[in-house]
This record gives sequence, C-alpha cells and structure tokens, in this order.
Amino acid sequence: MDILNNWAFVGIFAVMAPVFPALPIVIAWLLRPHKPNVLKSQTYECGVETVGDTWVQFRVQYYIYGLIFLVFDVEMVLLFPWAVAYNRLDLFAFAAGFLFIFLLADGLIYAWRKDVLAWK
Amino acid sequence: MDCPGLCEALANGGVNLGLAQFISLFIGVVLVSGVPLVTVIFLIWIERKVAARIQDRIGPNRVGPFGLLQTFADLIKLLIKEDITPTAADRLLYNAAPLVSFASVVLIWAIVPFTPYHYGVDLEIGALYFVAVASLGTLAIMTAGWASNNKYALLGAFRVVALLVSYEIPLVFALMVPVMLAGTMSMVDIIYAQSSMWFVFMSPLAMILFFISSQAETGRAPFDLIEAESELVAGFNIEYSGMKFGMFFAAEFLHVFTNGILLTILFFGGWLFPLWNEPLIAFAWLGLKASVLYFISLWIRNTVPRMRIDQVMWFNWFRLVPISILNLLAVAFLVKVMQELGLAPRDLAQATLGEVLPMTIILFLSNVAIAIGLLGQVRSVGRESRLATETAQTATAVGD
Amino acid sequence: MEFNFITVAFIVFSLITLGGAIGVVTCINLFRGTIWLMVSLFGVAGLMVLLSAEFLAAVQVLVYIGAIAILFTFAVMLTRSITSDKMRFTRVWVNVISAGILFVLFALGVIYPVWVANAATHFPVTDAGLATTTDLGVALVSGSQFVLPFEVAGLLLTAAMIGAIVIARDADDEGN
Repeated sequence: MDILNNWAFVGIFAVMAPVFPALPIVIAWLLRPHKPNVLKSQTYECGVETVGDTWVQFRVQYYIYGLIFLVFDVEMVLLFPWAVAYNRLDLFAFAAGFLFIFLLADGLIYAWRKDVLAWK
Repeated sequence: MDCPGLCEALANGGVNLGLAQFISLFIGVVLVSGVPLVTVIFLIWIERKVAARIQDRIGPNRVGPFGLLQTFADLIKLLIKEDITPTAADRLLYNAAPLVSFASVVLIWAIVPFTPYHYGVDLEIGALYFVAVASLGTLAIMTAGWASNNKYALLGAFRVVALLVSYEIPLVFALMVPVMLAGTMSMVDIIYAQSSMWFVFMSPLAMILFFISSQAETGRAPFDLIEAESELVAGFNIEYSGMKFGMFFAAEFLHVFTNGILLTILFFGGWLFPLWNEPLIAFAWLGLKASVLYFISLWIRNTVPRMRIDQVMWFNWFRLVPISILNLLAVAFLVKVMQELGLAPRDLAQATLGEVLPMTIILFLSNVAIAIGLLGQVRSVGRESRLATETAQTATAVGD
Repeated sequence: MEFNFITVAFIVFSLITLGGAIGVVTCINLFRGTIWLMVSLFGVAGLMVLLSAEFLAAVQVLVYIGAIAILFTFAVMLTRSITSDKMRFTRVWVNVISAGILFVLFALGVIYPVWVANAATHFPVTDAGLATTTDLGVALVSGSQFVLPFEVAGLLLTAAMIGAIVIARDADDEGN
C-alpha cells in the first residue's frame, strides 16, 4: 500500500529527527566538564536572585489569543479540503465555502470591535 | 507495501522482505535528512558573513579559507562547554525541548521535493503536514520557557508563543492560495501545476504574506521578540547553555532556509527549469531560487529594526489576517468566475501558457488593486495620526 | 494476527497513547499533564495513519498539538499558582465508581459493534475506494451531502469565538 509506505518513511523520519540533535548533546555530555555547584545551578545564575515563584498567574490576554487562534485553526482545517476540491466544485458548493469564510470574518470583526486583539 | 529499487535488490538477495523494506526506507531517511543537516553547517557561515558585510565588517575569516571552517570551530567550542541545568528546572522537559525544536524543522524536509525524482515522500496532504509539523516548534518553545523555571524565560516564551500562533493564521491562509490553484496539497503536484506559470505571478500578495509570516515564525527581525536582548535578556532560551542552546540556534538558522525552499516550491515553481529537467540542474535551480529568497530574508533581518510587541500584534491582527482572508476570497472568486466562463483551465498542470495567461493577468491586477487600496488606507491613517500629533504639539506650544 | 511492520507500529502507537493517558491522570503538575496529553494524542494520530486516515492524523497534530496544547498552557497559567500546588483528591470513592462506569461504557462501545452479528462487518483498509481529501472537500460543500453541518460548524466556531471574547473580557474587567 502506497500510503502506508509513505507514512512508514515519515514514521522512521520522526524517530530519527530527534536523534540528530540528541547525538551532539550526548557527545557534548561525554566531552564537557561536569562541575555543578549550588551557586552555578541557581536560576538566572550570575544575575539578580529571583524572588517568589515563576509559575504565577498570567494575564487573560494570552488566553484570548490562544482561543481565537484555535477557532481560526479549526476553520482552516475545514477549509483545506474545500481548497483542494476547488477546481471540481460547482457554483453552489463554491458559495458554501465563501459563506464559511464570511462567518469566520464575522468573528474577527467582532473581536476588532471589542478591541480584544490589541496588546495591552 | 511496495518494494521497488534497492528494497527489491535486497529482497532478491535473500534478505527478509520486511527487513529489506525497512533498510531501504532507513537509507532514504538518512539521505533526505542529511541535506538539511549538512546545509545548516554552511548556513551559519553564510549568515555570519552576510550580516558582517551588511554591517561593513569582514566577518569570520581566520579558520579555513574565507573562514569556512568557523562553524566547526564553534561546534567544538559548544561541545566542550559546560552545560548547566538549573536546580529549579523541570529536568525532563528542559532536556526534551531543544530536541523537539530541532526535530520540528528537520521533519519539514521529509516532504521537500529536491528534483522530479528525488524526494522523501510525496504525501497527499503535504501542505497540511508542513503546518502541523511546524506547529510542534511552538510547543517546544513553550516547554523550554516553562521548564527553565526562570521568569524571563517564561515571560519570553509566553510572548513569543502568542506571536507565533498569531502569525500562523496569515501563513496558512497564504498557503491555501497555491493549494487552491493547484487543487492539491502534494508538494510535487503543486510544482507541476506551475509548469506554465509560477504562482507568484498569479498572487504576489499571497507570496508576500507567506514571506512575512514565515519570517515571523522563525523569530527574525523585525519580529525578533524571541530574543529581544534589551527587554527579555534572551527570551525563552536564557537558561540554556552549551550544545542544548546550540540546538535552538541551529533550528532557527535551518528554519530560515527551510522557509526559503518552501517559498520556492509554493510560489516560484520549485525545480521546474524552462528547458530541460535533468535532476542535477533541477536541484541547482531549486537551490539557487531558495538561496536568493534566503538572502532577502537575511537582508531584512540585518537592516530592519525590531518592532514593539503591541505593533507586531497590531500588524498581524489588523493587517495581515484581514488581507490574507481578502486575498483568498478574491483569488477564489475570480478564478471560479473565469472557470465558469471558460477563460481559466481547471487543471493547471496540463494547461499551456496561452490558457493561463488571461487568468494570470486578472489575478495579478486584482492583487495590485488590493495592495493599492491597502497602501492608500495606510497613508490616510498615517496622515490622520500625524495631523493629530501636530495639532497636539501646536496646542502645547500655544499653551506655553 | 500476523506480525509485520503495521502490527509493530500499531503496538507502538497504542503504547504511546496509553502511556500518555496514564501520564495525564498520574501527573500532579498541570503543565506536565498537558504535555502527557499531547503525547497521548500524538499516539492517536499515529493510529489514524495506520487506518489510512492521513488527513485526520495531520488535523489531529495541527489542532491538538499545535493549538489546544498552547491554549491549555495559557489556561493553566491563568489559574492562580495551581501548577505548583500539590493537589489531592479527597473523595476517592466517587472517582473510582465514576471512572469504573465510564470504563465499562466505553469498553461496551468498542466491543458491541464487533461482537453483535449484524455489525460485525470487517472493513479491510485498501487503496481502492479510499476517500481522498478531494472527495472530502466535495462532500463537505456539495448540496446533497454535508453542506449544512459544514455551515453549522462555521456558525458554532464563530459563536465559540464571540463567547470566549465576552467571558474573557468580563474576567479581565473584574481583574482590573
């Protein structure tokens, strides 16, 4: 089967891809000095000492970007088959894709109006 | 599964069929992945040399002829540098992040067609595979920032991830234009669809959008908030040292060239050479076009100042995203109308130059129209803001 | 079951999926839990490839690992210092019973169609008759097939976006 043959290649590639960067790191691990001490292993070594916890609460702004991106991502995934089939579509089917993109643009315009996309 | 070429020879030679398939695939993987791995060594040299020349310096010139061996010297340095893992870091994720980051770029090369006959795989969903694999890099950056347990790193990672996901939207919409014109997501078929006309002439706007957003995806100037040295120290990779830092670095260098080659495939006709398709010439032609685009990317990187994060975000959400949607709609609409009128061919791979010419001209003009409208709008916004500032200044001057 | 490349791949992807899932439920740290979830979903993408559903597999990686993972980490960082707290569930019995019921339901869902006589049709995965992405695209927008669900999905996504903006804006205003 051709598809599985292709994907077997991708599968082996995916296994090998992290090995390439791992190799020099392992070689470096063999060659380099290992002399950690308490001061050297501090967070932000040789800078200002950190105060408090790093993993604190972040602003909701990031979450909004993430969510809008997710919505766009899902819509784009649904649009890809439409784009691939584009040359074979009749006018009705083509208009259906257009309507879909307009709905997406609607959401974007709403986000503009509510001014959530500007970085504050 | 098929078993052609080397695999067949091995199987005939008495090797187990499954093993023969595995060996032939494995050799293929090593050959294909060897290209980016060898390229990246020279890319670092080119990058430094170009940056130096633009800044009126000489650049690396001591190690080897023209400093060509500088990268190897750097490599040796990185290998013998002590690699510090902070005690507070999440060790597992901290070590995994650079691997995923580099792998996500190398994985893209699986679908890059080097010549008509030499490529890793020709996936039916090639374009989607590229987007999916590239998005792994974003997760790697997030993981690196979080696992470092450093405030600068986490803040840098958060900012940059917000930036990367935002710029992925125009990237994918721009990518959809060649996919739509070619009617396929396979990289090889996208190239063949350009046999009579490059897609860059049909939709220059999509090419520019793809170029800008891929520049942002690599975290290069003017979008280099990834390592805004003066603001975030070094961003997500501040706690990394030695070879692990080197891997993030190499991934970035490779990513820039990978974008150049993808741009060539999607918009500049890949390896299609006008007269003859000898593999070697095809490969050189592809490499030449990719190198020119790569050089333009370096040129921009070294001459344009960094934008502020709010400007970067504004530029994306209020300019790139709407333009990319508008461009997609315009191209889709015009091509469909022309197809219905019989002015545009339905299969570009079989079409002659005469058949695609009317379609190309109309699409090109529509793109120019969008661009002119956009520039006019930018101009009026700029004038308004300038007038507002001037009025405010006069008011204060009078007040004094 | 014959032992070949596909079988090995199936076993590996199943182990990745299950291992990731176990990682999710045993991890106290929420961020690590997210990463484990992505490992598990990556395994599922591999299983989809084995079923020749390559489009779905790419979508799985793109949407889940590319977008949902990012969203989850942003969401995790929204919750105040939850990532460092050692959270413990106190009502063990409720969890055990509900998990048990869910497991039985899902297991039935998997076993039922295979064992009941009528549904036990075996679908061999072959290239012939395999739907391509083009077929999917045509089916999604052609009037006689799935155009209504397609547009409803678009509407739903727009609604999701607007809802998210409204809720997040309220939260933001209260925060300030």
